[in-house]
Amino acid sequence: MNSEDFELMRDLLKTRSGLIITPDKVYLLESRLTPLARRSGLEGLDDLVAKIRTERNEELITEVVDAMTTNESFFFRDKNPFDAMENSILPALRESRADRKHLRIWCAAASSGQEPYSIALIMKEKWEMWKDWRIEILGTDISRKILDKARRGLYSQFEVQRGLPVQMMIKYFTQKGDLWELSEDIRSMVQYKELNLLQSFDGLGRFDVIFCRNVLIYFDTDNKASVLDRMYEHLAPDGSVFLGAAETVLGITNRYKPVRGLRGVYAPTDAEGNIAPAALSLTG
Amino acid sequence: MKSCLVVDDSKVIRKVARRILEELSFETIEAVDGRDALDQCNRSMPDVVLLDWNMPVMNGLDFLIELRQTPGIQQPIVVFCTTENDLSHIKIALEAGADEYIMKPFDREIIEAKFAQVGLV
Ligand SMILES: C[S@@+](CC[C@H](N)C(=O)[O-])C[C@H]1O[C@@H](n2cnc3c(N)ncnc32)[C@H](O)[C@@H]1O
Repeated sequence: MNSEDFELMRDLLKTRSGLIITPDKVYLLESRLTPLARRSGLEGLDDLVAKIRTERNEELITEVVDAMTTNESFFFRDKNPFDAMENSILPALRESRADRKHLRIWCAAASSGQEPYSIALIMKEKWEMWKDWRIEILGTDISRKILDKARRGLYSQFEVQRGLPVQMMIKYFTQKGDLWELSEDIRSMVQYKELNLLQSFDGLGRFDVIFCRNVLIYFDTDNKASVLDRMYEHLAPDGSVFLGAAETVLGITNRYKPVRGLRGVYAPTDAEGNIAPAALSLTG
Repeated sequence: MKSCLVVDDSKVIRKVARRILEELSFETIEAVDGRDALDQCNRSMPDVVLLDWNMPVMNGLDFLIELRQTPGIQQPIVVFCTTENDLSHIKIALEAGADEYIMKPFDREIIEAKFAQVGLV
């Protein structure tokens, strides 16, 4: 791939999805886009880039962005955050929201649904706590294709074995041939919506908890900061943000601070740079 | 170092499992069927047993039932690892006292995830 082609693709991916491709990752372009080129009846990657350059075909660009994103996800990924959710964040919210009995949770890179469904499963397991509450779980992602998969709730044997305890699997899934289908009961707890994190969050409203895991890792610092700062506007002052194991707010934005004792959990700061007292007592 | 007893009549599977388990820092012992596994447990109880279902001499389920009925021993964690991948088998295994269940084929990620599930890694 020549450097002009590389620059075109690099800029395209960065502006469309935030994905940063460095020159040492050219092989990723080749391995992920060559199959797409062939499927589109083209000879290879060079032809694909030429077609994008001349036609600016939106459909093709969407497919390119889709092919370049990593959708990997699994149930209860890293386990810790879900323990924190179950044992600290949700019990605290149940107290602080007792008058309204309304919770809003946003998974901002929901991928194939394992993350929002893991949250739904945690809550379902203690349903006596929540049964007269209004629980909204919103899953958003840039990829329409992956959201279709999330909505279907059909997982391969491999997918249901990664992170999902067997007791939960037999309780909430039924076997459909080689696949496992999540019960309608759980699926209906999550709403999905296409949303690019680089675009406006207008109309989403305010959330008590935001999961934004394993997506900012692909962005440059400016986009990381932009996403986190805009999320701040959609987060309750005593809410929390969950980031992936390799992600942090440190050095990116001072709108959040890590919650002590809960790895990967961040609380929004106030004008003085302090986090809400509720967040400080979460681990206690 | 935690120890894992791999019970499978297939030498290939035992070898694959051993490689993964050693990467996860488990001391790995092998048994070729349920009877052999009970003997091994009598000699030295492992922390966890990775257990195939269909084996000659004594199958995995019978091994598990006998193990769970043995009084006065430090009961190990038992993770089934079998090609039996339907709900009814899984339920029987759990009722007999299995802690987790892996449907073959497996890889390192699945073993790691399932072992994490039962607090082993
Ligand atoms: C690696 S997955 C993470 C899934 C899940 N949060 C987890 O941690 O398991 C990353 C997801 O981010 C999505 N994504 C990438 N860029 C995005 C963007 N600009 N806006 C919204 N979603 C994006 C991808 O489509 C993909 O599904």
